[in-house]
Amino acid sequence: MESSRLPRRTPKQSVNPLERAGLAGMDGWLAFSALGLLACSLFTLYEASGSQIVGAPEQYVQRQALYGLVGIIGMIAVSRIDYSRFRELRVGIYTFLCASIFAVFTFGVAARGSTNSLELPFFTFQPAELGKLLLVLALAGFVIDGARRGSEGQRTIRILALGLVPTGLVLLQDLGTSLVFAAITFAIMVAAGVRWSHLAAIGAVLAVFVTVVLVALPAAGMPVLKEYQQERLTSFLSPSSDIGDAGYQQNQAKVGIGAGGTTGRGDQATQSRFGFVPERHTDFIFAVVAERYGFVGAALVLSLFALLFWRALRLMTLSKNFYGTLVAAGIAAAIIFQVFVNVGMNLGIMPITGIPLPLMSYGGSAVIATFLMIGVLQSIHIESRAAERGPWID
Amino acid sequence: MSRRFAVIGGIGLVLLGILFFRLWSLQIVTGDKYLAEANDNRTREIRVPAPRGRILDRDGKVLVDNRTSMALQLDPIEIPTTVAGRQELYARIGKVLDHSADWIRKKVYETKKNDPPGSPITLDQDVDDDIVYYLQEHQAEFPEVQVNRIFVRKYPQGLLAAHILGSIGEVTAEDLEKNPDKDLAAGDTLGKTGIEQTYDDELRGQPGDTKVQVDSTGRIVSQLPSTLPVPGESVRLSIDGKVQQAGEASLQSIGLPGAFVAMDVNNGQVLGLASNPTFDPDMFTHPLTQNQVDALYDEDNGAPLFDRAIGGQYAVGSTFKPFTALAALDGGYITPQTVVNDTGSITIADQEFDNAGKQAHGPVDLQRALEVSSDVYFYMLGRDMNGTRQLQNWAGDFGFGKATGIDIPGESEGLVPSPKWVNQAHKEEPKYYDPWAIGQNIQFAIGQGYFQASPLQLATAYAALGNGGTVLQPQLMLQTEDAAGRVKSEAEPVVTGEIPIDPAARQVIMDGLHDAAQAPEGTSYKVFGGFPVKVAGKTGTAERTDEIDQAWYAVLAPYPDPEIAVVVTVEQGGFGADTAAPVALQILQAYFDKQAHAVSGGVGSVE
Repeated sequence: MESSRLPRRTPKQSVNPLERAGLAGMDGWLAFSALGLLACSLFTLYEASGSQIVGAPEQYVQRQALYGLVGIIGMIAVSRIDYSRFRELRVGIYTFLCASIFAVFTFGVAARGSTNSLELPFFTFQPAELGKLLLVLALAGFVIDGARRGSEGQRTIRILALGLVPTGLVLLQDLGTSLVFAAITFAIMVAAGVRWSHLAAIGAVLAVFVTVVLVALPAAGMPVLKEYQQERLTSFLSPSSDIGDAGYQQNQAKVGIGAGGTTGRGDQATQSRFGFVPERHTDFIFAVVAERYGFVGAALVLSLFALLFWRALRLMTLSKNFYGTLVAAGIAAAIIFQVFVNVGMNLGIMPITGIPLPLMSYGGSAVIATFLMIGVLQSIHIESRAAERGPWID
Repeated sequence: MSRRFAVIGGIGLVLLGILFFRLWSLQIVTGDKYLAEANDNRTREIRVPAPRGRILDRDGKVLVDNRTSMALQLDPIEIPTTVAGRQELYARIGKVLDHSADWIRKKVYETKKNDPPGSPITLDQDVDDDIVYYLQEHQAEFPEVQVNRIFVRKYPQGLLAAHILGSIGEVTAEDLEKNPDKDLAAGDTLGKTGIEQTYDDELRGQPGDTKVQVDSTGRIVSQLPSTLPVPGESVRLSIDGKVQQAGEASLQSIGLPGAFVAMDVNNGQVLGLASNPTFDPDMFTHPLTQNQVDALYDEDNGAPLFDRAIGGQYAVGSTFKPFTALAALDGGYITPQTVVNDTGSITIADQEFDNAGKQAHGPVDLQRALEVSSDVYFYMLGRDMNGTRQLQNWAGDFGFGKATGIDIPGESEGLVPSPKWVNQAHKEEPKYYDPWAIGQNIQFAIGQGYFQASPLQLATAYAALGNGGTVLQPQLMLQTEDAAGRVKSEAEPVVTGEIPIDPAARQVIMDGLHDAAQAPEGTSYKVFGGFPVKVAGKTGTAERTDEIDQAWYAVLAPYPDPEIAVVVTVEQGGFGADTAAPVALQILQAYFDKQAHAVSGGVGSVE
C-alpha cells in the first residue's frame, strides 16, 4: 500500500528496540500507549486506593499489576498469531461468544446490580469483556465472507442481525457492554462500506426503538430496563443532593474533577480520598486522576488514548487485507467508545452505564481482554510489515 | 476506503475533542467553584461546649461546680426514616443500654418534640465505662451512636441555696426563637431558673469550634485547626455561707413550710435567702421521672420547688405595724406622744376588733404600742386613715405591691389593697372579694386583710427603715470573675426609691422595736433578751383562714444603726416569737458570730 514510502530493512539493520527485544514488527507507539495507560492505572491505584481495603492497602495495585502482566503476555502471544486465522474461525468464535453470554445467564454471579460474571477458580470472569474482541473478530469475518453474496440491502441486514443478536443478549445483563457491542457493529458496518442511506435508516429505527424502550413502554406500564438502569441513565441530567443517589455520586465525581484544577490536589484530593467519589478504583478512576493530578494528569491519560486510537486507526490503512481493516476499525471503535462513555460519565455529560475505562479501571477481565485486543492490532501491524517485506524475510 | 477511515477517525476525534473541552471547562474555567464545593463537602464544624462558670458564695466557697459525664447520644440524621429501620435501631441500642426499644423510642420522641432540629438526642448520661468501651470497640456496628463528654452541674454544698442557684437544661426550640442574638445552637445548655437563668450570658461562656474532615459517610478522618471554648465567668453571690447555713438548718429543724431573707440594709445585698421545704438541685442533672416532677410541685409535700422567700404571698401580721406608724406620723394622725387606752378590744362601725387573746395593755404611746404589739392602737390608725390613700401610699413607697427586682426569677408582686382595687375585684369576683369597708383599712393597718407581701418585700421594707429611707433593690450577685479569678463586673447598689422619713419618727419606731425584742415586756424578749447585740425586732402572727396562724419575725441589727435586716416566716408556726424569732436569732448569731444566753421572765407566748 505505502511501500514506496517505507524503506526496506533487514532485521540486522533494525534500530527498533522492540525488534531487538524479540518483539519484531510490533508498533512501538501502540505498545507505548497501552503500557503507559497501565502504568497510569497502577500509579493511581497505588496513590489513591490504599485506604479502600482495610488491612490490605496494596491489594488493588498488586492484582492490577498481575492482570496487566497476564495481559501483556497474552498480547505478545496473540501478536504472534496471524490474525487472519480468526476469520476462518468466525463461526466458532461467534458460537463461543453467544454461548459464554448464555453461560452467564445460567451460572452467573451478581455484582453491583447486574449479573455479568462467571465464577472461575482464582478469578471472576466477565465473558462480555472478552466478548468485545470476539464480536469484532467474528463480525469482520462474516462481512468478508458475505461480501459477494446477496444484494447490498441483504448484506446490510445480515451484518446488522449478526451484530444485534449478541448485543441484545448482553443487553439483558449489562447495558454498558451492550452499547459497546452496538458501537462495534456500527463501526464495522461503516468500515465495511455499508451505504449511508442504510446507516441512516438503521439510525432512524434505533431512535424509534430507544424512544419506545425509555419512554413509551414504561409509560404503558411495561418497563424494559431495570429500575436502577433507568435511574442511572437519566440521573446525570438532574444531579441530586441525595446521598446514596446515583446522581449525587456522579455529581461528587464532577466536583472532584473540577476541584483538581490545572495541576491537581495531590494528597489533598478529598473528594476521592474520603469516598465522595464512588467506585474510585473502577468506573470513576478518571475522576481520581483528574482530582489528584489536575488537567495535566487527566489530559495525559486522554492523550495516551488519543495515541492508542490513532495507532489503531492507522492500521485500517496499513493492514495487508480487508479483514485486518475491519478488525482494526472494530477495535478502535470499541476502545474510543468506551473511553468516551466512561470519561463522559466522570465528567457528568454521559449517563452511568458501568463501562470501565480501558486499561485504567481496576478489573482483570477488562485489562486482559483489552491487551488481547492490542495483541490483535499488533498482529495486524506485524503482518502488514511482513507483507511489505515479502515472504523471503520471514 | 479512505473516506470510511476518515469517518471513523473523525467521529473518534470529535468524541475526544468533546472530552478535552469538557475537562478544560470543568477544571480550568470553573475549577475554583468546584474546589470551594469540595472543601465545603469535607469539613464539618463540631461545637465544643464551654465549661460553665461556677457559682460561689461571698467568701468564695463553691456552691455550683462542673463535672464531666459520658453521655450516650444519638445523631438525629442517622435515624432511619422507615418504621422498621427505626425499630431495628432502637432494639439494637436498647440491648446495649439495657432498656426496651420502646423506652428509647419515647426518649427520641420527647427530645425531638422539644429540641431544635438537629439536636443530638441524649439517651443516657453517666454511662458506665463498660458500655463506653463496648461502644468504642463496636463503633462500626453503631454508627448512629456517639459517646460524648458533656459538662454536668455538681453541688458541693448539697442542698444549700437550692432555690437561689436554679438549674440548667438543654436549649429548646422556643429558647432559640426567643434569643436570636445569643450565640445558641441545638444541643447547648442554658440556665432555666434562678441565678443560672439570670446570669446565663456570663456563666455560659463561648463554645469552641472544632473543624474536622469527614469522609462521605460522615466519619471523622482528621482534625483541623479549631477555636478553643472560652469558659464561662464565675458568679460570686452576696450570700454569706454561715448565714445561709444557719437559716436553712434552723428552718428545717422546725419542719414547717417557711422562708427567710437576710439582707444588707446599706446596699441591698442578700446575705441569705431560703425556702423550706427544699430540694436537691442535683436532681436536675438527670432526666426526671414524672413522679419526681410531681413530688416537686405537690402541695401536700409543701411544694418544694416553690420559693416562698420571693414568691410567697402572705399577710405579714404585726411586722407591718412600723409602716402604719410612719404613715400616721407623717399624716399628722398621731405624734409619738399620743396615748391610747388599750382595753383589749375596740368597736368600730358596729364591728369588734380584738387584741390577741383580748389582752388589755392599758394606756400606750407609740413606742409602747410597738413593744407590746397593741393591735387596738393600730386599729385606730387604720380607722383614722381610711378614706385617704395615706397608708396605701406609704406601703407602696416601701416597695409593697410591686416586685423588688431581685436578680432571680419567680418573684410575686404582693398586694396593697385600696378601695378602688378592692371594689373592682369585688365586681369581677364577688365570691372572693367583699366591697371596700372601713374594716379593711383597719385590717390592713396590722398587716392583715387583703394585704399580701413576700418575705423578700418585707425584708426590703425593713432595710429601708433601717437605713433611714432608701429603698434598695435586693441583689444576689456580688461580682463576676473570669477563670483566673479576675473580677469582670461588680454589682452596684440600685436605689429604687427614697422615702422622706422624719428621723425623729424613725427613732421612735426603732426604739419601740428594740423594746419589743429586748425589753423584758417586749414580745420577743424571751428570744432576744439574752442576745449580746442590740436589735430592733418585731413579731408577727398572721391569721389564715382555716389554718393555724403564720409566724413572722422581722429584725434589724445592730440597734440603733443596723447593718442587717432579717425576715423569717413559718407557715402554721403559731406565734411569731415561738417559731420565727428563734430562726432569726440563729441567723443573727451566725452573722455576728455571737451566742445568746438564756433569759427568764418576759411576757411569754403572746403575740
